[in-house]
Amino acid sequence: MQPPEAIAVGCSQGSFHALRTLLGGIDRRLTQTLLICCHTSGDVSALCDLLASHSTLPIREARERQPATGGTVHVAPAGYHLLLENDRHFALSVDEHVRYSRPSIDVMFGSATDVYGASLIGVVLTGANSDGAEGLARIRRRGGVAVVQTPEGAEAPAMPRAALEKAGADYCLPLEQIAPLLNRLCLA
Amino acid sequence: MPAPLPDIELERIEVDLFVSALKRRFGFDFSEYAPASLTRRVRQMMHVHHCDSITALTARMLHEGDFVNEVVQGLSVPVSEMFRDPPVFRTLREQVLPLLASYPRINVWQAGCASGQEVYSLAILLQEAGLYERSHIFATDFNAAALKRAQEGIYPAKDAQLWSRNYIEAGGSQSLSSYYSARYDFIRLHERLRQNITFTNHNLVTDKVFCEAHLVLCRNVLIYFSNELQNRTLALFRDSLVRGGYLCLGLRESLDFAPAAADFTAIDASLRLYRRKLHPASGEPDAAA
Ligand SMILES: C[S@@+](CC[C@H](N)C(=O)[O-])C[C@H]1O[C@@H](n2cnc3c(N)ncnc32)[C@H](O)[C@@H]1O
Repeated sequence: MQPPEAIAVGCSQGSFHALRTLLGGIDRRLTQTLLICCHTSGDVSALCDLLASHSTLPIREARERQPATGGTVHVAPAGYHLLLENDRHFALSVDEHVRYSRPSIDVMFGSATDVYGASLIGVVLTGANSDGAEGLARIRRRGGVAVVQTPEGAEAPAMPRAALEKAGADYCLPLEQIAPLLNRLCLA
Repeated sequence: MPAPLPDIELERIEVDLFVSALKRRFGFDFSEYAPASLTRRVRQMMHVHHCDSITALTARMLHEGDFVNEVVQGLSVPVSEMFRDPPVFRTLREQVLPLLASYPRINVWQAGCASGQEVYSLAILLQEAGLYERSHIFATDFNAAALKRAQEGIYPAKDAQLWSRNYIEAGGSQSLSSYYSARYDFIRLHERLRQNITFTNHNLVTDKVFCEAHLVLCRNVLIYFSNELQNRTLALFRDSLVRGGYLCLGLRESLDFAPAAADFTAIDASLRLYRRKLHPASGEPDAAA
């Protein structure tokens, strides 16, 4: 299998702990583009600062019209949906909330899969709603890989559970094993 | 048999044809909107109207009399709030309005006003600064239905809670409720706030400058535009503004790919507050004058 071009991660309640673990375990040689959508009401650039000391890759808030560069973690800004244009530049929108969320994981997954097609890994982590399930199903339909955190061990199991029900998964793993899996898939 | 085409490529053709039909038949030009968001809206509309394909949507638009109005409404995103991003409105209140006070008459252009939430926010700011009597706000959008709602100034009461918080955070000294009357599940903003507002249909893509403005507020509209269209619209705002006039854009908008940004200086870049340069930059139409 060809290594993928991008990884899109969705998380909600409990995301700080989950992202710290995930990003801390990523191999720093990864050249893929990492996209993160997490539901926080707070300031995303502050979250990036907090995560920076744990993340092996540089992490920053995604900015409109800027390129989605490889080897970097881009986080969706609070209050906006994050989309990608075909030329792999970011676009933002203030379209309606989707299932009470903006940014919405479904919207980001959907847009990423339009651009990366089968060359995308979608990851659904802890969360107390069902955002991401629909988007993950789309990723799979386009031939991408779906990874879901084992609901039982998740701080909030509802989101990974919804993803499993709606989309199923190619891999369903405890949080600690997700970064090692991504490293294997990406450095293959 | 031609080689099979991936669905996504096929969809791109269908979206292009849709955009082209909308432009040729009805004069609404979406050809320079950023594709990702536009495509998402078109898909949504296809589902809402139970069309099997985007092509079916295009056909319906071309053949069914009034349907284009719904299409334009579906492509427009009239999502707004009063005093969204309170620090922006606080800075307008504390730094920009005192400077506007030196003009005998103040013209404000709010472009892309959606259902009017920001227009009334501005009217309240001007009122509290004692400037409303000599101000005029031109509120424009290309979505006729949204403009009508803006004119009515009626909103769901459930939104008022957040808006009141925003208003206070933006430095409001009253209670937001002193500007509206509540009835059942709705609030209606007071008539006197509407007194100096003109609501006008104006399309930023195809229509021209129509007033001399001291402040242009256009938030979260350019984010839907491609770089070229964003740049042209910025030039339109420049040409509409008096020298030294103010421009306020959305909090996450970036001007990195807009050469016309050179005609502005930032007052507060993090809040996307700019000022038209006092002296012509080279390349501007009246640079030689
Ligand atoms: C997301 S709303 C922004 C509302 C408000 N400014 C805010 O930030 O809360 C975008 C608005 O821009 C309007 N718009 C989009 N393209 C336009 C155009 N070409 N000309 C005029 N208005 C346009 C839409 O109809 C919509 O009402």
